[in-house]
Amino acid sequence: MSFTTPYSAPAKFAHWLVAALILAAFPLGLYMHELPLSPEKLRLYSYHKWIGMTVLLLFMPRLLWRLVRPPPALLPGPAWQLKLAEATHWLLYLLMAAVPLCGWLMSSAKGFQVVYLGLLPLPDLVGKDQALGTLLADLHSSLAWALMVLIVVHAAAALKHHLIDRDATLRRILPFVKLPSGETRP
Amino acid sequence: MMTPRLVWSAVLLLAGAAQAVEFAEIKPADSKLVFTSKQMGVPVDGGFGRLSGQIRFDPAVPSAASARLEIDLSSIDAGSPEATEEVVGKQWLNVKAFPTAGFQSTSVKALGGDRFEAVGQLTIKGQTRDLTAPFTFKQEGAAGVFDGVFVLKRLDFGIGEGTWSDVSTVANEIQIKFHVVAGAAQH
Repeated sequence: MSFTTPYSAPAKFAHWLVAALILAAFPLGLYMHELPLSPEKLRLYSYHKWIGMTVLLLFMPRLLWRLVRPPPALLPGPAWQLKLAEATHWLLYLLMAAVPLCGWLMSSAKGFQVVYLGLLPLPDLVGKDQALGTLLADLHSSLAWALMVLIVVHAAAALKHHLIDRDATLRRILPFVKLPSGETRP
Repeated sequence: MMTPRLVWSAVLLLAGAAQAVEFAEIKPADSKLVFTSKQMGVPVDGGFGRLSGQIRFDPAVPSAASARLEIDLSSIDAGSPEATEEVVGKQWLNVKAFPTAGFQSTSVKALGGDRFEAVGQLTIKGQTRDLTAPFTFKQEGAAGVFDGVFVLKRLDFGIGEGTWSDVSTVANEIQIKFHVVAGAAQH
């Protein structure tokens, strides 16, 4: 496999879709939490949950696709960077599932069933329990912040490859970019 | 060996089987009023802890029945601490100005079997509206148990004013379930 093999089209699509959903859900979560109770707050909470459930919904197909069509090998670099890149990716996957799952659990514990897109009622994963709800809320928030930190590390590394190393790492996940075969340095 | 009290209970039970018992005082500890509202399509359960009142009900003569129920609105649980704090406020129940809600029946009719229908007036937040509520009646030991469900339209009573009057977030229809337990009348 060439170093410049791009990601498959479905992988690119899912990557940017999930990135957009996460980057919308996070600030929305921070903002809605501070609002006084109002119809707007109830609406935003629902939108936030629907976005989160979409990320969770995409998680399994993404993981399966990754097994069926493994991503192109990492471009050469120092061993510690390759290890860090590998670890970051798996942690990103872990948190992508853990953050919405934790939010779903928290919603159940607080007594609010999640009704996906206002149409599809999802089962309550735990019974109503305010103390558990508060605990899960803290966990949801901590995990979401951890996810944000990882996304910053991930994006910073991609930019470092693009701007400093000037290799194809970033370009092979970008949509609408054609990579000449055999290219390792532009 | 039967104690006089047991004998007396047996006599009362036999009497109950022979002729209908009339039920009167509501037992607040056993009675409850729960409701389900819908927020963005999400059903949210709540309830009232304090319910009192009088019922005159003889299943053999439902037309002579009457009921007066009173709900202490400050005993509300709206499903979450934040919502409970909100709904006692002015835009919702305005509990400071209207501490109780009441139902006064005007007529009761039999629908066949253990099913009945109460017609009366419901007063919440100073607004009085006609209400028809079907219910079932069961005798459990010395107590009469009344169970029913009806749908209340919150805007009929001005429950949720201002921005809350938008029914696309909190639906207008609120399902209310009552479970009223009344003791046998003392004759």
